[in-house]
Formats: sequence, C-alpha cells, structure tokens
Amino acid sequence: MNGQPLLEVENLRIDLAAGDTRFAAVQDVSFTINRGETMGLVGESGCGKSITALALIGLLRHPLMIGGGTIRFDGREIQKLPASEMRGLRGNRIAMIFQEPMTALNPLSPVGRQIAEMFVLHKGASWREAENLAVEALASVRVPAPERRVKDYPHQLSGGMRQRVMIAIALACGPDLLLADEPTTALDVTVQAEILDLIRELSAAKGTAVLMISHDLGLIANMCRRVGVMYAGKLVEERAAEDVFRSPSHPYTGGLVASLPLLGARARHGRQRLREISGVVPPVSAFPKGCRFNPRCHASTDRCRAEDPVVTALPDGGFVRCHYHE
Amino acid sequence: MKFRANLVIGGVLFASVVIAGIFAPWLAHTDPVMDANLMYAEEAPGGEFWFGTDAQGRDIYSRVLHGARISLTVGIVSQLINTVIGVCLGLSAGYWGGWWDDCVNGLTNMMLAIPSLIFALAIMAILNPGLTSLLIALGLTNWSFTCRLARASALSLKSQGYVQAAKVLGYGDIRIMLTQLLPNMLGPIIVIGTLGMGGAVLAEAALSFLGLGIRPPYPSWGSMLSDARDQITTAPWISIFPGLAIFVTVLGLNLLGDGLRDILDPQARTRRA
Amino acid sequence: MLSFIVRRLLQTLPIVLAVAALIFVMFSVIPGTFASSMSDDGRSVLDAEVMARMNKEFGLDDPVYVRFGKYVADLATFDLGTSFRTRQPVAQVIADRLWPTAQLAFASMLFAIVVGVPLGFIAALRPGSWVDTISMIGAVSGLSLPKFWLGLMLMYLFALVLGWLPSFGYGGGDPRYLILPSIALGVAPLALLARTTRAAVLEIMNADFVRTARSKGMSEGKVVRWHLTRNALVIILTTIGLQFGTVIGQAVVIEKLFSWPGLGSLLVDSVTLRDIPVVQGSILVIVLLFLLINMLVDVLCAIIDPRIKYT
Repeated sequence: MNGQPLLEVENLRIDLAAGDTRFAAVQDVSFTINRGETMGLVGESGCGKSITALALIGLLRHPLMIGGGTIRFDGREIQKLPASEMRGLRGNRIAMIFQEPMTALNPLSPVGRQIAEMFVLHKGASWREAENLAVEALASVRVPAPERRVKDYPHQLSGGMRQRVMIAIALACGPDLLLADEPTTALDVTVQAEILDLIRELSAAKGTAVLMISHDLGLIANMCRRVGVMYAGKLVEERAAEDVFRSPSHPYTGGLVASLPLLGARARHGRQRLREISGVVPPVSAFPKGCRFNPRCHASTDRCRAEDPVVTALPDGGFVRCHYHE
Repeated sequence: MKFRANLVIGGVLFASVVIAGIFAPWLAHTDPVMDANLMYAEEAPGGEFWFGTDAQGRDIYSRVLHGARISLTVGIVSQLINTVIGVCLGLSAGYWGGWWDDCVNGLTNMMLAIPSLIFALAIMAILNPGLTSLLIALGLTNWSFTCRLARASALSLKSQGYVQAAKVLGYGDIRIMLTQLLPNMLGPIIVIGTLGMGGAVLAEAALSFLGLGIRPPYPSWGSMLSDARDQITTAPWISIFPGLAIFVTVLGLNLLGDGLRDILDPQARTRRA
Repeated sequence: MLSFIVRRLLQTLPIVLAVAALIFVMFSVIPGTFASSMSDDGRSVLDAEVMARMNKEFGLDDPVYVRFGKYVADLATFDLGTSFRTRQPVAQVIADRLWPTAQLAFASMLFAIVVGVPLGFIAALRPGSWVDTISMIGAVSGLSLPKFWLGLMLMYLFALVLGWLPSFGYGGGDPRYLILPSIALGVAPLALLARTTRAAVLEIMNADFVRTARSKGMSEGKVVRWHLTRNALVIILTTIGLQFGTVIGQAVVIEKLFSWPGLGSLLVDSVTLRDIPVVQGSILVIVLLFLLINMLVDVLCAIIDPRIKYT
C-alpha cells in the first residue's frame, strides 16, 4: 500500500455553541494514524476524547461542531465530502464502538437485524443474505449459538455479549479505521480483557487501524503502540506507549502514570507514594488562561499562568506541550 | 427565547382575565342578571352593546366579565382542593409506604379509570346544582396526577442524605414531610396545578353547559353557551363571546403551565434543539 | 403472551370492583333512598304511598349491605338493574346506545391519530422550523378550546352558514352526520398526540442507539424508518389509550350538543331525570370500555416492545 497515513488530523478545533458564544471544546489537536496501527487517546472524562472521535466519523451534532482544522481520511478531507459520500464511509470504512452497549443498541430490534443492516447498507445485500451474514459475524465475535442469538433482543444478552454484538456491527464491513470509545468501561472487570483481546485480534486479522479511547492509561498501554494524552481539549503529549510509561514528559501524564495502581512498576521506579492529581477537569466555559493544566499542576509558575505553551518535539519522535518539559 | 414567549403571553392572557374578574362590577355596563330588557333582545354587537345582547336583552359584555369571576373561582378553588388532596395522599404514601401506600395506590388507580368529567358529573348528580357543589365535584376528581407525582418525588427524596439527617435529628414525620420533602417537589406540582386549573375551567363550562353546574340566570360562560345554542342562527354572537372567553382563559393557563414547566421542572422539558 | 393478557385482566378486576363499589356507595348511601332522591330536585313531589311502593319494587327497603350484595351478584351476571323511568333492563338501554358512542369515539380518535401523529413527527424532525412553531401553537390552542363551543362554531359554520353538512342528529347512521361531532371531539386528543409524538421523537432522536444507527452510515430517512418509528410507537400508543378515556368522557358534552343518541347523552339525560340505575350502569360501562381499550393498548405495546413481557 502507499505510504500515506490513513488518518491525518491537523489543528482540529471543535466548538461548543452556547447561545451566541462559542467555546473551543477541543483545540489544536493534530495526530496521524497509519494503516493497521493502534493508537490510544487517554485523559479524564470531559477532556474532549469522545467528541474528537465523533468529529472523525462526522457525527457531531448541535451544539457541537467542527470549528476549524482538517481531518483527512485516506487522502480526502472528510469535511468537504458530500453527505452521501460521508455516509458511504461511515460504518463501511470508519466504524465506531460506543461505551454503553445497552443504550447503543436499539432495544426493540433483534441484534441479528442490527448487524444485518450493515450488509444491506454497504454491501448491497438483500435482507435474507444479510441475516445469514449476521450469523457469521456473530460467530466471528465468538458469541455461542449465533444462529439462535441473532433473534435475541439486547435486553436478553449480558453486557459482554452486547458489546460483542457492537463489535460485530462495527467490524461487519471490514473497516479501515475503528474508533473504540471506552469499549470496556461499562463492563465487568472479568469481561473487559476478553473484549479487548477480541478487538485486538479481529482488527489485526482485518488490518483495521484502531483509535482506542479510554481514561485508563493501563489499558491503553496494553493495547496501543502510540499514546496521545488529552487534557482540557488539547493534546498535551503524544509518544510511543513505553516512553510515556518510562519517562512521562508532561506533568499531567506524570500524574496519570503515578496514579496507576501497578505495584511492580512503581517499585521499579522507586516511588514512595501514590501521587494523584488534585482537582477536576475545568468545564469548557472556564478553561484557565495560560497552560490549561496550571491550576492543578504541582510545578506551575507565573509563566504557566500567563502563557499558553506550544508543542515541543521530543528526541524520541513524540511531542509535549509544556514550558518545562524534562 | 421561545419558552419565555409561552410564559409572557400566557401570563398576560391570564392576568387580563383575573383583572376582568376582579373589576367586573366597575367595568361592566349593566347588572349581569337583573338588567334584562326584551326591548333590546338579540341586538348585534355595536356601539352600546359591545358584544351584543342575548335573547332576554342582557348585555353580553357585562355577563362575560362577570362570568370570569365564576370561572376563576371554580378553577382556582377546585384546583387548590385537588392539589391539597393529591399532595397529602401522595406525600404520605411515598414517605410511609406499606399498607397506606397500597391503599393510596389503589385509590389512584381507581380514579384514573374513571374519566374525570364523568366522575364530576356523577357527583353533580347527587348534589344540588350550584357553585359549592361544583367546587366539590371538580375538587375531588382531578388529584390523581398530583398524587402520583408527589408519591414518586417522596419516594426518591426520602432516601436522600438530608432527609435521613433530619430523621436522625429526631424530627417528626409530618415536619420532615413539610419542611424537607414538600419544598423540593413544589415546582412540578405548581406546573400540574396550573394546567389542572385550565382543565377545571373547561370542566365547569362543560357541566354548566349540560345544565348540571351553574344554573341560569347566573352568568357562567358554560350556561351562557347553553342558552345560546337555540339562537345560533339568529344571533351567533351570543355563542361566540363566552366561548372566546373560555378559550382565552384556558389558553393563558396552558401557556403559563408550559412556560413554568420549562423553568420549574427541567427534567420534563422536551428538548428544543 | 397469553399469560400476560391473563395477568393484565387480573390486575384490572380489582379496579372494576372498586369502581362498582364507589358508584354504589355514591348513589345509595349518601343521599338516602333512591325514591327520596328522585323527589329531591323538587320537580315531582312523590306522596308517601308512591314512595313506599317504589321502594318495595326496587328493593330499596333492604339494609345497605344486602343491597350491595345483590348489586354485585347482579353485576356478575351482567344484570345492571331496571330503569326507574322506562322499566326496561338497564343493560338493554345501554346496549342500544353503545354503537353510536363507539362510532363517535373511534371516528374522533382516528381523526386525531391521522392528523396528530404525522404533525408531531414533522414538527420533531424540523425543530424550530415554521412547521414546528405553527403546529405547536396550534396544539396548545387545540388543548384550550372548549369542545362544545368548537362544536357549536363548527355547526354554525359548516351546517348553518355553508350548508355542507347536517347540523345535528344521528341520521340513521349516515356517516355525514358523524363528521362534525368527531372533529369537535377529536381536536383535543389530536393536539395532545401531536405534542406527545413530537416530544417522543425528539427524545429518541437523541438516544444513543440512534447515534449508533448514524454511525453505521444510515441516511436520516432510514434512521427514522428502521429505528425511530417503532420506538416512538410505544409512547404514542400509550397516549392513544389514555386519550380514549378523555374522549369517552368528553363525548357526554358533544353527544348532548349534537343530539347524538349515545351513552353520553343517555348518562346526562338519566342524571337530569334521576334515573339512578341507568346512571350507575352507564358509568360502569364507560369505565369498562376505557379499561378494555387500555388493556388492548398494553397488549399491543407488549408485542412491539419485547421488554414489557419480562418486567
């Protein structure tokens, strides 16, 4: 295949309209994903991860809208695509898995039908063919007795099974890019690993690139080669996963890493106590002046409170957005 | 922007009806009951009789103004009775639970099964027509929604920390219900009450129209319409103005209720994109 | 499904019994005897001998509990008693009036559904548009109109001025006689249905599974057809069921206005004439009709929504 990246996001800005004013909920976000690559996006809730994913698949709804920047998928700028062509991409080449599989599936429609829709929409299949393909799709996500399960309604399935159905829907057409928005957060701990394995295995088999979104740095580190850390609508650090762990550059990343309850890792780095980040992500309407992290940063100075830091490239190929990166 | 329009228009409409009712004796041109004069029967609306006259030659404008007093009295008082009944039953049922809750629930289900106008009609059948009977009939038949709402809020509120704290402090049940629970459910109850008032005005008009509410010659809008039916071909204005008065009053209350709902009961607000 | 229906029936039975008891108590305990209540309104003064005879004939001398027992036993065999005025069985009197009322109720609900539901849909799909604004202003006005006045105005305009339609009466079942009363009766449920439909569709439009449907690359038209309609239907059907009660209740006024020979005008006439057995019977039948329709709606909802059967 050509060397062009699958997805290029440049200076993405997402606006939140509130009356006559617009707040930039996401700003200056740039990253690329190559074919078959798995990238992680991490940060606390409310920092703009999910709406970034929704922007990528063109599903932002009022009061949210793209306020600037470009999203290029397979060389084409998706904001400039006509609605019908965008629909052809959606589901077919860019697919999405949502956090809560109970509400993300239609409660009044059998799951088989909800999978079959994909084949009818994008592969020109008849409903009969699509129902058969749905059984196969359900088998591929390792749902037992798929030929019976297709007739079940979402409420008859367990949380894990429902998320498998979501994965079957998302991967039905063999998309190039899968956006997985907190795919395991709503599930039991025991099921989480199975679902992650399934996503990893199936995406690898189909050559699907994955953008994995989570607040759980441990999960991201496990799944992804590269990690982007978001805070208050900005990417504050982006690096290879192992580098982020070994030597986090941004104080926020440092805080996230430090708050991981991985006893072995902490011992290895000789830390004495758990350092958590105090406070919460500010609301979009009240982002602070200067560096957006400064009110919660243990090392903030007057410069941090006055001046918004720019991106600095790091020798290992990543970047960080901090005045005082190490 | 739009929901404020509800509130403003509804408020203005309702306020003008209230003003008309309060100042009816001064605004009216003639006495609404006594000033019948067959000389002026069925005069069309014009200079002297703004809304025309009825078959007995009474000034419809004056009668409509006085009708506001009856409609508002019935609307406000009967809805107050409904609200008090609904809140007392619902609040106590939700708070105490147990057999009392089962009783109230059964009673509410029964009330919901009988269309309220039919129920009011049945009560009017055993009482003598008149204002007091109307207040009883309409005040006893439309409390089920308030009751359900109060019960549901009490159920969800009673497990809240501050209610539990009040209990630990040794507050009595009644005191907790009145000081801790009631203030927190007032918004939606006011909304239901406002909308219910509109319903009560309509029900009063319907019952009076059927001859089971306010009896002629007293100027209730409903009984005026009941008289007017026979003259609809010769004097349509006798029908038009009392009906318009009902419409304006109820529209005002409904708009007011919708507007208040947007402010006081945000959960119930239908999302406006 | 059958067990669901049986369970719903069993839940309804106590309500019917409670309503029957309430009606009985209202009319036999509170105002004294039937015969005395007949003379209470002063229109006819019954002498003592007539009163004694009537009390005996209708069994009104028995103690209250005996009468209640008899009343319930009779109800179980669909015996609603004998009319004071016509001396006909009440069940027969009511049965004769049932069909016109059913016609009127169904015609007005049909009108309300056919106009109200699509209106609410269109309004919700274009929130804030002029269609939305106008239909919602229309809806709140429709809810505020006194039905009998609307009927009177319709009668004046279309029957008396324009002469397009007959003004009142049953017309031996001629459907043209049905038009004006059904419109007058149907406007309020129409308005309410339009509002409920709009609210339901707007809510579902923001549901997660609609976002999923869009993420599949579905056009808005398909989102509506494949995912929205069915979900909105449950809410709309429930509203329709509840509105039937209001329609049957309000039919009293419309039937009286249009001289429609239904249950409602029978009820009003019987109240004015103090024909208590007919009043009791009519109210009971109206409540039964309402409960029956709501059960039907519940069953339909259970068919559409698979979750209902299991909760």
